[in-house]
Amino acid sequence: MTQLFAVEAKGIEKSFGSTKALRGVDLSIGAGQCLGLVGRNGAGKSTLVSILSGLAKPDVGEVFFHGEPAPSLRDIDGWRKQIATVFQHSKVVPQLSVTENVFLGSPALRRGVVDWHQMREATRAIIDEWNFDISVTARCETLTVEQLQVVEIVRALATGAQCILLDEPTSALERRAVDRLFERVNQLVKNGVAVLYISHHLEEVFDICSDVTVLRDGEVVVNSPIGKIDKEQMVAAMVGEIPATASVTDELGVLLKRSSEGDDESEREGLVVQDLHVTSSRGDVLGVSLTVRPGECLGVTGLLGAGVATLGRAVAGSQKFDSGKITLNGRVLPSGRRDISLKGGVGYIPENRQLEGFVAHLGVGENVTMTITNRLAKRFGWLSPRHRDDSAVAMTKALSVVSSGMKQPVGELSGGNQQKVTVARSLVSNPTLIVAVTPTRGVDVASKSLLLQSLIEAARSTGAALLICSDELDDLVDCDRIIVLFRGNIYHEFSAPPFDREALIATTEGISLSDRTAS
Amino acid sequence: MTIADKAKHQDPEIELIAQSGGLQNFVRKNSGAANLIRQAALVPVLIIVLIVGAVASPFFFTVDNIAGIAQQISALAVTVVGESLILLIGGMDLSLESTYGLAPMVAAWMILPIADDGNGWRLSPFVGILILLAVGAAVGLLNGFLIVKARLNGFIVTLGMTIVLAGMQNGIVKAQTLFNLPAQFVWLGSADVGVVPVSAIAAAIVFIVVGLFLRYHRVGRAIYAVGGNPDAARAAGIRVDRIKIGVYVAGSMLAALGGLMEAGRVSAVTGTQGYGEGIIFTVFAAAVIGGVSLKGGRGNMVGAASGVILLGLVQNILDLANVSNYWIEAIDGVVILFALVLARVIGGKESAE
Repeated sequence: MTQLFAVEAKGIEKSFGSTKALRGVDLSIGAGQCLGLVGRNGAGKSTLVSILSGLAKPDVGEVFFHGEPAPSLRDIDGWRKQIATVFQHSKVVPQLSVTENVFLGSPALRRGVVDWHQMREATRAIIDEWNFDISVTARCETLTVEQLQVVEIVRALATGAQCILLDEPTSALERRAVDRLFERVNQLVKNGVAVLYISHHLEEVFDICSDVTVLRDGEVVVNSPIGKIDKEQMVAAMVGEIPATASVTDELGVLLKRSSEGDDESEREGLVVQDLHVTSSRGDVLGVSLTVRPGECLGVTGLLGAGVATLGRAVAGSQKFDSGKITLNGRVLPSGRRDISLKGGVGYIPENRQLEGFVAHLGVGENVTMTITNRLAKRFGWLSPRHRDDSAVAMTKALSVVSSGMKQPVGELSGGNQQKVTVARSLVSNPTLIVAVTPTRGVDVASKSLLLQSLIEAARSTGAALLICSDELDDLVDCDRIIVLFRGNIYHEFSAPPFDREALIATTEGISLSDRTAS
Repeated sequence: MTIADKAKHQDPEIELIAQSGGLQNFVRKNSGAANLIRQAALVPVLIIVLIVGAVASPFFFTVDNIAGIAQQISALAVTVVGESLILLIGGMDLSLESTYGLAPMVAAWMILPIADDGNGWRLSPFVGILILLAVGAAVGLLNGFLIVKARLNGFIVTLGMTIVLAGMQNGIVKAQTLFNLPAQFVWLGSADVGVVPVSAIAAAIVFIVVGLFLRYHRVGRAIYAVGGNPDAARAAGIRVDRIKIGVYVAGSMLAALGGLMEAGRVSAVTGTQGYGEGIIFTVFAAAVIGGVSLKGGRGNMVGAASGVILLGLVQNILDLANVSNYWIEAIDGVVILFALVLARVIGGKESAE
């Protein structure tokens, strides 16, 4: 106990109304230590992060930096000198230069005037010292997501903070960028910086952290050196005692089967995409043809920008395509008309749920039924809110959405539950094709498998075709086939499980498989 | 902006953490109660204003005065409904004030003989009213097209439109005021049923119909979805562009209807009706005081109605209290700012922004 930790939180408690987000959390990070913080959505990680970064005050408990009590919440500069947070979503002002962002809020002054020269030199010094590769004068909107993270790390270092919080830093990075990030983090740790690493990807925690803390329901349930715990134990600690997910998906299957009865799936031909060309800032699609039979699950993967998300969006009707033809069960789907595609039977789980998945201040019931208001409406389009909410209950139960009721605004739910609402919204319309783009991004392990199982169960029980477009290979393990896109073209098809992870990774990178056959 | 501030803006969970007032917490936990509190936020203020009015003048609580207030605010109230709809989809329309003047001007111009500065077509007053609504619809369609399809900035488009329309309002009649309007044309704004002005009844019907539509109709719900998150609405198969343009059209038609009421009330169409009087500030103020968010997706007709009534009462009290004409606008402005602050304090974080 005599050791002075870089950061130490003691007995932190925090409640929101009647919900206890944190119930007496102790956490400490020593200099040169990289501590992994894992837990399911809603376990209290975000609350803990905001308390450690000075954005919120604990109800009970205290935070110490190097043995000294933390500054008051008003003293933002004081906090920034102690601890810096790299958030999940970039907090960089895109219109400003790298230098300006590094000194954001506290520019160097000389006789009351902004000292550009000194600021640029200081920024350059840090970038050189750490062998980062960005220009101090570049405007941040021209940088990649990876470079923006570097800017945030430089900002952290410029304030002299000896502790850095990384909140889901890899969620928008591709594999090689993740490797480079890890090198940088290792470098920081070696130089005595204390790092708190928050991630849903347990492999990353094993790769980079020396210790791990598991939060569950606002409490620390495990605190262990990384070598003394394996993945299964970690997942068990995160999940605690909950019933198996199998029964949940059975319920979903029964529900969907009932609602799609009378529909003869044997006559359907499924999804047919012919020579699709799409131009998009997310990566072009340059002549892709594929089919997904009813009840079949096709995975599409590739690097960021390979056209994976673009393909999904175009098929769902959320993105205009330049040429090609998309038909579902013989019906032609038009370009960029989400409303017609929906009527044609396409359920859609968009890439970014915050942006496209739900309306935050509307209730769970209203969000879930947003795709079927035409079916729920009585004469002249009038809707009964009670009828609407009642029709959402079964689906939210089948997907085990945790909420206080159908009226609770979706914005108040945890990330995993928000994603379930998005999935429910797409399944409730009895789709004959489900398009899911990165359906498990930002979702914890347990909810992840529940979501994927629900999708596959939905496809299996109703005979819907399922198209999962994702750069996360874990999303695709249960698919029947996987297509790998490389620079907008189909590069390789893996025709049957089990899939060889190594081979998948190699093909996404565009490495030739001439001397090996697909598994 | 500090990093912390930006974090609050972008991370809903942190936002939740950052604000922890007692009332807001209560409000968050009880959605039903929350709605009630927000909708009723202005009721205590209205009561205070009524007490002030009673103290200020013995004439305040007379049937004549209350009926007078009702008639005075009806035209504005209908326009506020139009602006609230546009705010709900996340838009804004400054040109409603010019539509409020131009539409009745065009209609009256086509009704009146040349001797009365009309164009001599001598249309029937009923056709004139249809023309009036058509002018509103045309302006809304043009605004909607420029904003939604051509993706121009709504503020600039409607600012430009405001000036164009106001110029036309004066241009077609060479800046004359049109009098001698037919009885059918002024009926809506001037007639009474017993002691109740017809315009007040019409305004109340508009509020109720639009309020029910927003709450119980699928298009009404789609308006909230579009305003709350257009991308999510689009992904859920809602025809976002069509809803937006439709709302611009409906909003402008309501402003035209408001203009008809005003023309009827004063039995004339003046060159200053609308833009010249600068009513748009009051329209926005009433909507925002009533809890309709400028960011879209939040607000309802109960709030908008209480906003209008509050401003109408304040205006009336200032008149009755014999406040110097030179100062009346300044005091009016202060009262509006004060009401905004109060609405925010009572309604919590989401209101009055």
